[in-house]
Amino acid sequence: MAVSLSFAGETLVPLPCGALHWPARATLFVADLHFEKASSFARGGRFLPPYDSIDTLAALIEALRRTRARQVVCLGDSFHDRGGPARLPARARAALTLLTASLDWLWITGNHDDEAAAALGGRVLAEARIGPLTLRHEAVPGCREPELSGHFHPKLTVQTRGRRIVRRCFALSDSKLVLPAYGSMTGGLCVTDLAFTAALGPRREAVFVEGERLLRFPVAGQVAA
Amino acid sequence: MLPAPITAWFDRRGWSVRRHQREMLAAAADGVHALLVAPTGSGKTLAGFLPSLAALAEAPHDGLHTLYVSPLKALAVDVQRNLLTPIAEMGLDIAVETRTGDTPSDRKKRQRERPPQILLTTPESLALLLSYPDSAGMIAGVKSLIVDEIHALGTTKRGDQLSLAMSRLQALSPGMRRVGLSATIADPEAWAGWLAPDADAGIVRIVHGDPGAEPVIEVLIPEDRIPWAGHNGRWAARAVMQRIAGARLTIVFVNTRAVAELVFRDLWAENDDSLPIGIHHGSLSPEARRKVEAAMASGRLRAIVATSSLDLGIDWGDVDLVIQMGAPKGASRLIQRTGRANHRLDAPSRAIVVPGNRFEYLESVAAQDAVRDGELDADAFRAGGVDVLAQHVVACAAAAPFHADTLFAEVRSAASYAGLTRAEFDRTLEFVATGGYSLKAYERFARLKLDGDGRWRLTHPKLAAQHRLNSGTIVEAVQMNIVFGNRRGGRRFGQVEEWFGGQLRVGDSFMFAGQVLEVTGFEGPDIYVRLGRGDPKVPTYVGGRMPLSTNLAARVRGLFNAPERWAEMPGDVREWLEIQARRSRLPGHDDLLVETFEESGRWYMVAYGFAGRNAHQTLGMLLTQRMAKAGLGPLGFVGTDYVVAVWSLERVRHPAPLFSPDVFEDELADWLAASPFLRRAFREVAIIGGLIDRQLPGTHKTGKQMSVSSDLIYDTLCRHEPGHLLLTAAWTDARTKLTDIERLAGLLDLAQRKLVLVELDRVSPLAVPVLLEVGRESVPGAADSQLLIEAEALAAVAMGA
Repeated sequence: MAVSLSFAGETLVPLPCGALHWPARATLFVADLHFEKASSFARGGRFLPPYDSIDTLAALIEALRRTRARQVVCLGDSFHDRGGPARLPARARAALTLLTASLDWLWITGNHDDEAAAALGGRVLAEARIGPLTLRHEAVPGCREPELSGHFHPKLTVQTRGRRIVRRCFALSDSKLVLPAYGSMTGGLCVTDLAFTAALGPRREAVFVEGERLLRFPVAGQVAA
Repeated sequence: MLPAPITAWFDRRGWSVRRHQREMLAAAADGVHALLVAPTGSGKTLAGFLPSLAALAEAPHDGLHTLYVSPLKALAVDVQRNLLTPIAEMGLDIAVETRTGDTPSDRKKRQRERPPQILLTTPESLALLLSYPDSAGMIAGVKSLIVDEIHALGTTKRGDQLSLAMSRLQALSPGMRRVGLSATIADPEAWAGWLAPDADAGIVRIVHGDPGAEPVIEVLIPEDRIPWAGHNGRWAARAVMQRIAGARLTIVFVNTRAVAELVFRDLWAENDDSLPIGIHHGSLSPEARRKVEAAMASGRLRAIVATSSLDLGIDWGDVDLVIQMGAPKGASRLIQRTGRANHRLDAPSRAIVVPGNRFEYLESVAAQDAVRDGELDADAFRAGGVDVLAQHVVACAAAAPFHADTLFAEVRSAASYAGLTRAEFDRTLEFVATGGYSLKAYERFARLKLDGDGRWRLTHPKLAAQHRLNSGTIVEAVQMNIVFGNRRGGRRFGQVEEWFGGQLRVGDSFMFAGQVLEVTGFEGPDIYVRLGRGDPKVPTYVGGRMPLSTNLAARVRGLFNAPERWAEMPGDVREWLEIQARRSRLPGHDDLLVETFEESGRWYMVAYGFAGRNAHQTLGMLLTQRMAKAGLGPLGFVGTDYVVAVWSLERVRHPAPLFSPDVFEDELADWLAASPFLRRAFREVAIIGGLIDRQLPGTHKTGKQMSVSSDLIYDTLCRHEPGHLLLTAAWTDARTKLTDIERLAGLLDLAQRKLVLVELDRVSPLAVPVLLEVGRESVPGAADSQLLIEAEALAAVAMGA
């Protein structure tokens, strides 16, 4: 039983993996895949485990299998750097090329990547609009149109009963929905941070799926120091 | 034996050369390595330097003659003062310089080109120095290496690093003589082995200093009463303040930074005469610490509340009293802390121990006895970590290309790595070169490559620079900065650990540096604060608490079994022991007393293991897991240094199987894998081993979402490469350091031989303190999901930054 939220008059379904499903359009949104982050660090002498692209892709394929989405929109920073597509391991490259060929695939560019992803198939755009939704990498403060974006890697920390639980989450305001980072080796920024206040305004919610339920945590507006 | 200027200097001061100083000179004349074991205040540092001064006075030496390494940055500065003064007074022309993290890089460069004759440094700065290609020439003629406060270094990762550096130095200057200076230690022979090339204790001459005057240690029990619970002696603040008023300068030692804040506040509340009191701990900003140290040195303070940040030989100020708040946990530590009072050998050092509760009273008496008997705690030497070795390999490559065989032999000559196998060395080398993954993805990005001569060579100079930025073996928990003021003109006050900072909300207040601060906002790693009031929280810090030493544990058991000693104890304690003996039993010299009883509708089982906090907490986990399987409905547990208590729905009738050593290793492995210990240990080895960058102060503002979480790497490795070198290293660290496996195994073994079960109809006197203990752990039953759902339902959500 999927859990959904209403945004811009549309029914959108956040998935536990951090993707957002739009059943009416058979579309799946993901943000900040950061493919080849590990090899990007390796280039600089930090040998992170070389499995991030494979893990991220496996999660994405599983989400596509469950939702049967026919369209995929990656909301920017799909590769950790501009050289990422060229470094993709053969196995991941083959899988991704197959996906972009069989689905309607849209790469939105971010601050980490550019059109290079087109080499793997799919279309590349800086911004796009589907129905009422504006799609871009980084939220534009003050933009009143309903907007889906990524960039900030929202996460929520809940302290309860002596435990400290951290989850990737969606950050939601009246007209903006920021997706969590999907990449298996991406970090996060707490939704209470001032960066979110600047982008979404002081009133916002942290939303994520836990088990069968959609949990919504209001974020208290923080006065700028 | 000494050159004229030095003899004249001794004469002028009316001093004669002490026996141990003469013996150190003789060792130098004979060209043998030496370890000086002497109490504080015996002229130990001068004894270490005297042979170098004599040699330099007699024959001018061009270039670096003596390298001096001390564990404390401030200590190197201090010794410079204490060394420069004698040199100047002797009229010797000897160049002495320091080299620490604070030394400007142009001076460091100049030191490599034109070194002073004596260089004072730290293990970290020494390791960095050795990573420069031009350091080899500087080191080539070094005659002696002096390692001060060796006892504070050997058993840690800093010790691993120093051990490797010593081998490097020896290879660069084969004639170099090693000199160790140590406080009084339990096993000088073992330390001689640690100091020696190839761990060969036989080639080190051990020199003992004369014992100083017996320290005078008092256990303070105002009004003959002592509380049931608590660990920091705060209840005695008034009496402590009176003692401070009666002394010239007092150091009040506490066991944790959190307690430092609390004790400071308590003392201030009793400070009717407004005596100047300061506070000193490792989370204060360096500027704040330097300020307090300066105030202490110039005699402007009457007391300073301090953690182990002041443990080592600081000669500032005229300290005449040491007060230890809470039990000392080990006799060696008590002696070393006591030695901070009075740096003169002929007068006794005075110390007062303020126990926090009745068990701690016994522990304090035990420590007093141990000090009197000169019984010190044995040091737990450990095999050097592969993470530190990996760092060393990069440093060596940064200095010059190397042959694997040569480096392996050199590394094995370091005592900490004497047992390293060639396979482990090769795996470490591979890890450094390409990450050590079975998936060979990073050959093209290799950091080390074999050149035509079969030598490993760094592939890019930027890797050397990266290494130098991240070098070092001290890894702190993730910190948040406390910034006083606002974003435009904030002043950094110090740091708290992220998990504590994450609990704070805007408007909350907390204690820091003896002040109440109110949170005004968060941004990235910064917490903005202003002066506040009200009921503050107290920041606590993970780890850092030393468990009760095996020695003192045995002595505490001894006191239970020596009723003739009870007469000297406060009425409270005597009565406590007498009623325990009547109602239940007292723990024996060598048994495991287990009590069961009902209290407030729960069944308790209390086991008197005396195996230290870490072992007891691990045992608590193990017991509750096994009780759950046995259907006893465990609800929670708490472990102290003395006992572990478990509460449950059902009464434990047959405790022995719960303490069985069978499959203990497997259960422990399951538990450790899910515990935060292993993740914390992994973060440390990942940073030291150079898998991820250290967060340097001031650089992490660039956006935390761009950094790499060690937890994510840990999870990935567990999934894809469970045998990875760093996972193994994290396991080793977690097992030894965090959970005290050996003591726990000993306890389980004891339980099989001598478990004494006493079924009671109510709580026993000895069990009361543990029932009042804070820091109870509930059995993980409710999954994170349930907790989150519950948290959402609550209107007030505790949000973290």
